[in-house]
Amino acid sequence: MAKKKDIPEGLFERCPKCGFSVYGKELEENLWVCPKCNYYHRLSSDKRLSTIIDENTFREYDRNITAADPLNFIDMMPYKDRIESYRDKTKLTEAIMSGVARIGGIEVCICVLDFTFMGGSMGAVVGEKVCRSIDRAIKLRSPLILISSSGGARMQEGILSLMQMAKTAAAIARLSNESLPYFSIMCDPTSGGVSASFAMIGDINISEPKTLIAFAGPRVIQQTIKQELPPGFQSAEFVLEHGMLDIVIEREDLRSTLIKLLKMFGKTYGKSSKKD
Amino acid sequence: MPGVKSKRAFPDFEKPIVEINEKINAVIRKDPSSPELEELNRKRNSIIDDIFSRLTSYQKVQLARHPMRPHTMDYIEGIFDDFVELHGDRKFGDDKAIIGGLASFKGETVMVIGHQKGRTAQENIERNFGMPHPEGYRKGLRLMKLAEKFGFPVITFIDTPGAYPGVKAEERGQSEAIATNLKEMINLRTQMIVIIIGEGGSGGALGIGIGDKILMLENAVYFVCTPEACSAILWRDSSKAEQAADTMRVTAADLKKFGIVDEIVSEPVGGAHWDYEKTFGVLKKRIGYNLGILKRTGKEKLFEKRYNKFRNMGVYEENGRS
Repeated sequence: MAKKKDIPEGLFERCPKCGFSVYGKELEENLWVCPKCNYYHRLSSDKRLSTIIDENTFREYDRNITAADPLNFIDMMPYKDRIESYRDKTKLTEAIMSGVARIGGIEVCICVLDFTFMGGSMGAVVGEKVCRSIDRAIKLRSPLILISSSGGARMQEGILSLMQMAKTAAAIARLSNESLPYFSIMCDPTSGGVSASFAMIGDINISEPKTLIAFAGPRVIQQTIKQELPPGFQSAEFVLEHGMLDIVIEREDLRSTLIKLLKMFGKTYGKSSKKD
Repeated sequence: MPGVKSKRAFPDFEKPIVEINEKINAVIRKDPSSPELEELNRKRNSIIDDIFSRLTSYQKVQLARHPMRPHTMDYIEGIFDDFVELHGDRKFGDDKAIIGGLASFKGETVMVIGHQKGRTAQENIERNFGMPHPEGYRKGLRLMKLAEKFGFPVITFIDTPGAYPGVKAEERGQSEAIATNLKEMINLRTQMIVIIIGEGGSGGALGIGIGDKILMLENAVYFVCTPEACSAILWRDSSKAEQAADTMRVTAADLKKFGIVDEIVSEPVGGAHWDYEKTFGVLKKRIGYNLGILKRTGKEKLFEKRYNKFRNMGVYEENGRS
């Protein structure tokens, strides 16, 4: 393919779906949605945040929580080395970023899973950071927003990763007992142990169009039933139709919708909302 | 051992046990007081000791899946009285892969709920191999809520390869059903005991697996995904299941070490399938003991402890230290 000589490499990004090349800045202004085919690029956690929160309001917490290797797990490479390689590749510390930010001026506790770090998989770090964010939301009496993008539990942490489902659901139960609002935003893909724990039990379940939302992924199902899957199976629209989502919304409208919702829940959080 | 007659049901490593048992039975049929018997029994025990002293993780997986192993209904019949099965989720249907109902335990009313596998092909089709659909989890939750309302303790039996990965299960919200159960079980205002009796398959097991005390049979296993699936995904080679089972740490001893399981319940020599009565007897005592502890614990303290138990699961480093 011919390259344009006068523009340095990397400034153009190709759409993985239609192949259309677009100037990086233009793609960013379009919130990483392909202007030609409307394909939603998967977003890294920092890009995702930038599409939602007020500029420069994110304060990151719990960056110092990192993966251990309690099983001394080795598959095709040692788990420790795998973690290292993802840290180098993504410049992230883990598959989640968590902290406090403002949306439309309203302070929220927020976590973003990052699919580029081991498929956004949930091990003990993701579980702990989600739970600490919930603890923080209870302490600050602020709303909680969890943005998922994950293949599910992290197999390299064995049964301990499965238990993160119970752990995060337990913390959500606490938040719920405090009557603080929790908005779950599901991004492509949200499946397995993440969809079957905190992601599916938002007070409001929100997704972007065409997001894959599943318990078992399509390949696993196809292997089990040995039949063609129905068209659109496990897409956000399909899941909405089957009653598991409140809202499917375009990326450009997500922020304004969140602000609207946060305002409507206004009496439920903040210092004056303390339950007796 | 009901249902299964074929020797093929036994995994290879168990064949020497099956053979010596057949020999013993043949001798007993001829002469129940034969002097040979003492020697044969000694030999049987030494064969079993030898096999069990070097049992691999994957062999434990095979034991946990053993078709002759007692299943939930066997435990209910063997340990409880007056079981009345209750059906349906009152929303969609009745899932036969999860059974539940009221029963009497030493005179006290309890709610028992568990995955139900089959033994014959026919039974397995009916029970969907113990793999529930969402309505199974919703039935489980309905029964738990019923127990909560009347203050009955809940006892769940875990034995499933996993929640069913199928089109209908996805349509009806498999993820939502499991996630909701996890959240609600943490908040359930009654005593809860979980017993892993066979195969603890991933989210499908956990969906009825939250409790105040987690007991696990000696030869049961519990994993985030089956060793076969783990092998296919991480090694990209489905023949590495044995290695995967080792690496994943799936045995009762492993889970006790990680603090997931509170107590390991010992099985008769050779495994639960060789002596149902003994298995039931031991488990009945452990249920009674643990239920006693839970009933003596104040309710608020109980719920606080349950929350903390799950809140503290997982190992990570903080500032480089674990």
